[in-house]
Amino acid sequence: MTTPLLALTLHLEDVLVVGAALFAIGLYVALSKRNAIGVLMGVELMLNAVNVTLLAFSRFIESEQPLDGQVFAVFVITVAAAEAAVALALAVAIYKHRETVNIDEIDLLRW
Amino acid sequence: MIADNGIVIAFWLLAATTIGCALMVAAVRELVQAVLFLALTFVGAAGMYIVLSADFVAVVQVLIYAGAVSVLMTFAVMLTPAADRRNSETVFQVPALILAGLVLAIVVFVTLDTDWAISDRGAFSATAASLGEAFLKPYVVPFEVASVLLMVAMIGAIVLTQEDEVPPRRQEGE
Repeated sequence: MTTPLLALTLHLEDVLVVGAALFAIGLYVALSKRNAIGVLMGVELMLNAVNVTLLAFSRFIESEQPLDGQVFAVFVITVAAAEAAVALALAVAIYKHRETVNIDEIDLLRW
Repeated sequence: MIADNGIVIAFWLLAATTIGCALMVAAVRELVQAVLFLALTFVGAAGMYIVLSADFVAVVQVLIYAGAVSVLMTFAVMLTPAADRRNSETVFQVPALILAGLVLAIVVFVTLDTDWAISDRGAFSATAASLGEAFLKPYVVPFEVASVLLMVAMIGAIVLTQEDEVPPRRQEGE
């Protein structure tokens, strides 16, 4: 029996760590950016990280209905699209009324 | 466990691309460039979905994220003032960095510490047909709710961005 020259394997943990890294970057972007559209980019990054994690579980974990993870991922993408549309419309509307999209200048509700 | 050299190499290349582009979203100083890197991140994530044998979700990701959401974000950036396109940080930069690092550390620790119930069923065959069946049989109610949600979001976006040409109250000529 010949051993293969290169025997790489990919485990669930590898994918989860990549997803966690993507989530952490998204969290940092969402919390630190001054521009509202930048914040939205961070949220989209986090949603993508969650989808990577969902699909990894769907692929690797023992389950009676393994495709449910992919169904959930499609729902996440749907809701993310709706969220992006509304959030960008909000950003444009706020710019029209207040001449800025910087979140540290939008403090109308601060007491 | 996936034990195919080509697929594993492809996954790590895609993961490096995705994470690198995500880091560039955080690092570049120009918001337009950040949107372009975000689109690349979406494409890289779609590649990872294919590695995880989610072909339909990958196509949806390319269509909706890399296609629609990126274009929408580019438009939103163009509709806002050029002076605000610096992609700068607020005073929360350092706390956000610490929090993100903590989240990463905790999730990685929990991931490596947990004993997962790994299945050996192997890759899915083409998933589009079974996903369509899942959407229209057990998940038909969430499916319809999602379509209503999308319509409400679209109407909301139109209402939010329309010009206020019609005055809210008619006081003259009544």
